[in-house]
Amino acid sequence: MIEVKLTEKAIDPLACINWVMSDNSGGIDVFIGSVRSETNHRKVMRLEFEAYGEMALNKMNGIAKDVFDKWPVNKILIHHRIGILQIGEIPVLIAVAAAHRAAAFDACRYAIDTLKQNVPIWKKEVYEDGEIWVAAHP
Amino acid sequence: MTLRVLGFGIAREIFGAGIIQIDVEENISAGALKKFLETKFPTLKNLSSYRIAINTEFAETDDKITSEDEVAILPAVSGG
Repeated sequence: MIEVKLTEKAIDPLACINWVMSDNSGGIDVFIGSVRSETNHRKVMRLEFEAYGEMALNKMNGIAKDVFDKWPVNKILIHHRIGILQIGEIPVLIAVAAAHRAAAFDACRYAIDTLKQNVPIWKKEVYEDGEIWVAAHP
Repeated sequence: MTLRVLGFGIAREIFGAGIIQIDVEENISAGALKKFLETKFPTLKNLSSYRIAINTEFAETDDKITSEDEVAILPAVSGG
């Protein structure tokens, strides 16, 4: 089973974990991204996330389907925030449930790494004295 | 033909709008569209990279575009 979502509301880790848990899964792996207070020694005030919604959801669904092709997993959930996030909030959560832990670990790692490369979502870091679209410039 | 082009992230800021309308040759290729946009918006050339999407799929340089297509300019992604 797959659940993929772009949301303007806070991500609830416990609700996500509960969604992937089931009696046939012995291992749950969870990746939680969190908004850091500092980047390259600059104090971050907040992050602003923007997505190409339809394509982002297509790509997130594609990642989830790839995971099922590559590993024996039972459930995967990928949630990503859009809009303004404060320090300590959760921009992304990926949870994978499998019968055994190795598949859950590997699939979760693959999902976050691929999301960061191919899902059309952008973040702007806002500092006290400026702002930057992350990865935009060399 | 008249084409509507979506811009996201820094591309939206470079365009000054989330959607722009441009006049280009019929069946322009994704690669030629990039060149056209870089003439109109030279700061696009300063980006580390950007891709074109046609109907929500990443396009190859030779892919042709019609006025019916949804075209988007996607700077290097930075989700997560």
